[in-house]
Amino acid sequence: MLSLITFFPAVAAIILAVVPKGRPGRFFLRAWVAVAAIEMALVVALWVAYDPRAGYQLTESLPWIPSAGVGYHVGVDGISLPLLAMTAALFLACAVYSLRETRRPRAYVCLFLGLQTVCTGVFVALDLIVFFVFFDLSIVAMYFLIAGWGHGEAAKDAALKFFLYTFVGSVVLLLGFIGLFLASSPHTFDIVALTKADPLAGRGLYAGVVLLALGIGFAIKTPTVPFHTWLPPAHTEAPAAGSAILAGVLLKLGTYGFVRIAMPLLPGAWRRFALVFIILGALSAVYGALVALAQRDFKRMIAYTSVNHMGFVVLGIGAAGVLAGTDAQARTLAVTGAVTQMVSHGLITGALFLLSGVLWDRTGSYDIEAHSGLAGPAPAFAGLTAVAAFASIGIPGFSGFVAEFQIFAGSLGSQVAATAVAVSSIVITAALFLRALQRMLAGPLRLPKTPSGVGRFADLTPREAAAVVPLLVASAAIGVAPRWLLDVIEPAARNLVHLVGG
Amino acid sequence: MTGDGALLWGLLALPVVSGAALAVGGRRAARMAAPLSVTAAAGTLALGAIAAALRPVTSAALFAGVRAGFAVDGLSAVLVLTVTAVTVAVLVFAAGDIEPAESRGRFFGLMLLFAGAMLVTVTATTLPVLLVGFEAMGAASWALIGFWWGERRRVEAGTTAFVTTRAADLGLYLAAGAAVAGGAGSLRLDTLAHLPAPWLGVATAGVVVAAFGKSAQLPFSFWLSRAMEGPSPVSALLHSATMVAAGAYLLLRLHPLLVASGWGEPVVAWTGAATAVVLGLVAVAQRDLKQLLAASTCAQVGFMVLAAGTGGVAAGTEQLVAHAATKSLLFLAAGAWLAALGTKQLGALAGAARRYRLVGLAFTAGALALAGLPPLSLWASKDAVLAGAFARDPALYGVGLAGAVISVIYSIRAIRIVWLPVPDDAEAGYDTERRGTRRAGWLLVAPLLVLGVGAIGFGVFALHPVSAAVADMVAGAEAASPSWAIGLSTGLTLVAAAAAWRWDVTARLPTPAAGALLGWLGLQAAAGNVVGRPVLRLAAALADFDDAILDRAVRAVGAGALGLARLAARVGEVGVDDVVGAVAAGAKQLGVVARRPQTGLVHQYYAQAAIAVAALVALIVVVR
Repeated sequence: MLSLITFFPAVAAIILAVVPKGRPGRFFLRAWVAVAAIEMALVVALWVAYDPRAGYQLTESLPWIPSAGVGYHVGVDGISLPLLAMTAALFLACAVYSLRETRRPRAYVCLFLGLQTVCTGVFVALDLIVFFVFFDLSIVAMYFLIAGWGHGEAAKDAALKFFLYTFVGSVVLLLGFIGLFLASSPHTFDIVALTKADPLAGRGLYAGVVLLALGIGFAIKTPTVPFHTWLPPAHTEAPAAGSAILAGVLLKLGTYGFVRIAMPLLPGAWRRFALVFIILGALSAVYGALVALAQRDFKRMIAYTSVNHMGFVVLGIGAAGVLAGTDAQARTLAVTGAVTQMVSHGLITGALFLLSGVLWDRTGSYDIEAHSGLAGPAPAFAGLTAVAAFASIGIPGFSGFVAEFQIFAGSLGSQVAATAVAVSSIVITAALFLRALQRMLAGPLRLPKTPSGVGRFADLTPREAAAVVPLLVASAAIGVAPRWLLDVIEPAARNLVHLVGG
Repeated sequence: MTGDGALLWGLLALPVVSGAALAVGGRRAARMAAPLSVTAAAGTLALGAIAAALRPVTSAALFAGVRAGFAVDGLSAVLVLTVTAVTVAVLVFAAGDIEPAESRGRFFGLMLLFAGAMLVTVTATTLPVLLVGFEAMGAASWALIGFWWGERRRVEAGTTAFVTTRAADLGLYLAAGAAVAGGAGSLRLDTLAHLPAPWLGVATAGVVVAAFGKSAQLPFSFWLSRAMEGPSPVSALLHSATMVAAGAYLLLRLHPLLVASGWGEPVVAWTGAATAVVLGLVAVAQRDLKQLLAASTCAQVGFMVLAAGTGGVAAGTEQLVAHAATKSLLFLAAGAWLAALGTKQLGALAGAARRYRLVGLAFTAGALALAGLPPLSLWASKDAVLAGAFARDPALYGVGLAGAVISVIYSIRAIRIVWLPVPDDAEAGYDTERRGTRRAGWLLVAPLLVLGVGAIGFGVFALHPVSAAVADMVAGAEAASPSWAIGLSTGLTLVAAAAAWRWDVTARLPTPAAGALLGWLGLQAAAGNVVGRPVLRLAAALADFDDAILDRAVRAVGAGALGLARLAARVGEVGVDDVVGAVAAGAKQLGVVARRPQTGLVHQYYAQAAIAVAALVALIVVVR
């Protein structure tokens, strides 16, 4: 089942890649929507079959390179399943959004399908090498998407920077994985076996070095300050659907790595260095918000708010490593909130990037100051942008509040000052989003003078609305009645807290 | 689900769901929005009345160890009825005020959401759901204040309101964190007072700051001035039973927390008293009717806050109810004149009451109540508040009394102006804000009359059986005023009213004090200078740092790697090539050497073979 979900898009991509020439571009784009919809249906079926009380489920285990302790081992638990579902939803939204893509649609679709396989693969992997292979391939696919379909020459530069920077992170990560492998006895890359064995218990320096390697690897991908500078250009230059996947799914690979690998496999080191992550998280949250406040480019601003939101995730999982002054409930709240935040950020920021794609499509500009009064000609665009912005700043009724409230409530006891600083950033994000909204949507109509601007601003098409609305509806469904999601996450979070608690 | 739960969930869901449906319904919903929303609000009022009688309690799982709890107890019942009743009146008015050509679906939908969020706040028994209501109310206020988005300043006013109140709301997030850290993991409101130090202090501070922000108490008052950019019905709802009332409610609800902290009560009491005086003076100096009313809202809510800080939960509740009826009436009357005459400037409203007498009479009743004249509603509730203050600290009583006298001055001044003879050039002052319709239809007038009954009728709070019943309902002590105090405050009020009536309303106050008061003491500019601008400057500096230093460092690493590669290409490649060349040359030399023995002479070959065999034998011997 999991292998089917994982490899179905890749198989589809291979088939699409070899169909004879002559098919119109529409064919490929529609095929993508169909594949993404089937994938979504499969994940829904998986959700129904999933039992929140048990641990890893639907596991599959095959020997791959037995001599090196590498096996094809996959499975889902309450942390990976919600991310799997969010990934399927976001790819479906991007498929619908991209239905009118005209530039080399076949290659575009094949790359996205391949990307869906590797993203899904990361979330189901229970073997470090399987994880690493998927983790690394995600960079390759995204590189080509940014370089090939981005906004002109700057895109190539941004793509290269993205590739090199995150690739360095991958290499460091691999070193950490090898460190774990060498410490285990018998040598293995199996995550479940390594969790059980805890090979680095009591090995202070070794464990610290391995955690440092994993920490750098995942922190680059997340990204946390100061490893985030690849993110703004990559987001700004990528095509809208690429930005949505990059922010919605690829950033989660980093934070997911923390909760799936760094925390359970190095519980002792995590406890010892928890403060580092708390401070890094709080710093990212407030730094990301402040730098976002200073941006004039709508898309770049959203990109920096990602740094802010991912900072909350790192804060929450860092707090789970502090035992003094907290109880299991507080730590469970923090971890549950962090996982919820990953899902929530994927949905909301995905929607925001698709909406910014609409902006680019109409005027060829992201300049906040150059737009004014868009609510007049485009009420649906304005309304959805306002809703998405409010969702992003954590207003109750949307998933962001459910996530952030739990993170803050669960983290304050572990580190008061850092948490308080992080909490204050939600006012900054509120200010920056509302400022952008009042400049772009309110007031008299004014559009930027760009070659692609046509002097008028058309409202959302049904296709664009069909891509964005479901994401916000999903966020609202979590925000209004969160139990259907939290019932899945909480047992897994409790389990993780127990593991880290030693 | 028990009937209890269904009733309570229905009470909350009806305004929220119908409001959300109207708000997203677009043009199709617009036509029926007004009647639908009034129906929904009336249904909510009916459910609220049943809930007030049955006192339902319910909860649902929310987070790990935290439930979403709701209940209607005595205090909540009073608030639920107040909120729903005022909402119905305001929506009826809005049906006549908001033009059919405007986005009625959005307006009425948001109004219902706004009221629904307030209902969530006042029925919540756990902190997260209270915060849900608090924050959702703020978001709805942004959208409502900026309803006329065509003028950017209105949206900016919404942003000011939202960002300011949200900054204060951070206090509730901190309070929640403190509760979890302090062992009150259920986050039930009634457990907060039992937190251990230092978490008790953190929770108290957070709650107090959040309440001050929402209630526009000092130093947060400025956002309420900006909030006047919204349509009149928004002001009427926001200033009476919701939003500003939410902060006061929070303090009344969590009064045990204020007591437990030790310092909470005096801080709250003095802030309320100070706001009553200072913002009262601001109201006196205003030249715009809605601004006058806004400043007076801060001042009147100050009495509720004063009550919360002096143990007067019952008195504060009475003040809240009386003020809700009175202030919604006054804002709607100002809105009726604005709709008819197109202005809210006090100067231009001279004689407005003579032109629209029913509106004028209702306004006068409301303003007399606002002045605290006996036997009207705010006279009764304010005396109860002052009695509580006197019991706690005579100095507080004195400041509160000063606040009461000031409220007489601004109220009577407004009444004087609207009853002046209509000047000959009145038309010149009209239509400065919008095109007046020159009529006040029954949709605008009817709600005024109903609210007027409340503004006058709640004077019954002065009667012992009524005040005892309220005290019993909210589980607070009835405040018994010493009779000399009632005499003093009533006497002072009457004297002040007489003096204010004789005061020449066209006289200008001495500058520069008047200028400062007119501009709300520059509170917004101060907030901008102390908080806003430094944050923006920091943001710009960090953005520069991000681009110029952090990113350049990364690029430098990249460039360094490239440079190293070039170096390797130049030095390393050459070296390796040399080695290869040297090997080749060496081999050639060896070849030359190797050719030398090949002489073609058999005896020489024989000698060579002998030497080689000898060498081999020697080698074998040595190695063995």
